Amino acid sequence: MAMMKMALRSLIGNGLKTWLNVFVLSFTFVLIIFMQGLLEGWNRQAVTDTVTWEIAGGQYWSEKYDPYDPFSIDSSAAVLPSTLKEEVEAHQIEPVLYAKGTIYPGGRMQGVLLKGIRPDQQLLALPTYLLKGDDSDVPVIMGAHMAKQANLKVNDLVTLRWRDVNGTFEAIDIRVAGIFRTTVPTVDIGQIWLPLEQLRKMTLQPNASTILITKGNIPIQKLAAWPFKDQTELTKQTVAMLQAKSKGYNVFYFIFFTMALIAIFDTQVLSIFRRQREIGTLVALGMTQKQVVTLFTLEGTMNAFLAVIIGTIWGLPLFIAFSVHGIHIPMDTSSFGIPMADKMFPYYTMKLIAGTISLIMIITALVSYLPARKIARMKPTDAIRGKAL
Amino acid sequence: MKTIVEVKSLVKKFHIGTGYFTALKGVDLVFTEGEFAGLVGPSGSGKTTLLNIIGTLDVPSEGEVVVLSKSVGKLSPKEAAQLRKEELGFIFQNYNLLPVYTVFENVEFPLLLLNMNGEDRKKRVMETLEWVGLTEKVNSRPSQLSGGECQRVAIARAMVKRPLLVLADEPTANLDAANSHNILQTMEKLNKELKTTFIFATHDEKVIGYLHRIIRLDDGKVVGDEKKDKINSPQITQINTD
Repeated sequence: MAMMKMALRSLIGNGLKTWLNVFVLSFTFVLIIFMQGLLEGWNRQAVTDTVTWEIAGGQYWSEKYDPYDPFSIDSSAAVLPSTLKEEVEAHQIEPVLYAKGTIYPGGRMQGVLLKGIRPDQQLLALPTYLLKGDDSDVPVIMGAHMAKQANLKVNDLVTLRWRDVNGTFEAIDIRVAGIFRTTVPTVDIGQIWLPLEQLRKMTLQPNASTILITKGNIPIQKLAAWPFKDQTELTKQTVAMLQAKSKGYNVFYFIFFTMALIAIFDTQVLSIFRRQREIGTLVALGMTQKQVVTLFTLEGTMNAFLAVIIGTIWGLPLFIAFSVHGIHIPMDTSSFGIPMADKMFPYYTMKLIAGTISLIMIITALVSYLPARKIARMKPTDAIRGKAL
Repeated sequence: MKTIVEVKSLVKKFHIGTGYFTALKGVDLVFTEGEFAGLVGPSGSGKTTLLNIIGTLDVPSEGEVVVLSKSVGKLSPKEAAQLRKEELGFIFQNYNLLPVYTVFENVEFPLLLLNMNGEDRKKRVMETLEWVGLTEKVNSRPSQLSGGECQRVAIARAMVKRPLLVLADEPTANLDAANSHNILQTMEKLNKELKTTFIFATHDEKVIGYLHRIIRLDDGKVVGDEKKDKINSPQITQINTD
């Protein structure tokens, strides 16, 4: 207790120097937690949005479907398995048919992936209700990024060309019934969504689907021709990309962290040079060398402790504000290839906060201890006269 | 009279390069309770070295120094620290006050090390500051005090735990005459009232004038040891406490 009191007195007595250190450290605390929270928020948002817009409860894939082979897409569809018929009728499973096509917006040619889905589906956030209509035209919906790339607006007509299952080319004018904004590029970029039955008719594949999107919590069947992919497997790539990106951010906060620690280390080393007479006096007054080392280590660690308090005072309102109102991303992120919303909402977990605080406290104690250990080698008679180092 | 310090055939050598320098060459001395003694001699005579060994900040190369029945050379660093903490007080030429502490905190420091409770600590500090006439400066920091005031704080810090032995190394070297007399009178008064043993290392004539026993050192040897029968402290008409 006495040691704590002494360390605290030294800290307070050091005045501005202490507060500068504390502020730098508190800045590091807040920055690290903020950046980690932002990544965690992005991670959660990306996974949640991918589930909401694309994956739902999981997917059965036709065994012939290979997402990495665009040449096999047209031949990857298969007839719905009879064992899943009931779920499909109950809209617990939504069949989606994939086909390749080409559109000609403004006289240009652009390859697209056609995705047929039932207009009354409820499993994905896609506004497929816009696909309902009479047979007078073919309504389609597309993401904002796709619309921008093709320079298309709602109610625009554009020519679509595709090949049916026999390889015969066909063409038709499609009408843009709606353009949706999404954070998930894999339902937007290069894709056009149209009514499932329409696409089946166009490709001469009645009752065929490429994937079957399932509702969450329904019993999953093991079907050899339709392997099931769960949410974890389907979001694996998104998570992996985010983790790769977070490594880049790690470099930034490692730099900030190192800067703060150098500041503390520097202050502690300088303290020992400047305060060697004081250290000699402490020994003369009856402190053991171990106690002196403890005192200096405590002083350094208290910097971190004060930084937590100061960081909480100015950082907490910021954290709350950001997590409630989000952070606007002032650029078009649709081409990033990772789900990223216009606004990002940082997510702070207790593990993140407690982990960061503990890590900084431990490392601060360590960088305070190392120069303090030098004191242990000081000869008190020389230290008293300021000639030990 | 109780023996406080006993120095027997003390030799102290310091390594310098490949050889060594002998600072003390067979010193024999005894200090008893309540003495007001001084080690007097020119620079390099071994005064500070002897004081450091008595103060357990250094150890003998040969011979033995027994402080309060404890042999300095045989004490572990922890035991030596314990002895300093409980029974010894130090006064330095440069005051060596803790710069970021207030006067009160500086004087309180040795009591914190002794884990004395808050109320007793405060009472003891204020009482000690009263002895040295600094009760009005309790909240000042050393940088706000004059040299004389700083040295009085150092005396208060040395005396606050009521040590049996106070070691003062050139305590007046940085003070003017008036402040030197003031400091010495304060220490003499404390010696008389509390029976604390004071050992000085000095070559200041002002200090020598107050000493009851003068031990002359030259080239690491005791060349004279005289006791004054009658205390004849120099009188000054006005004490400058600034």
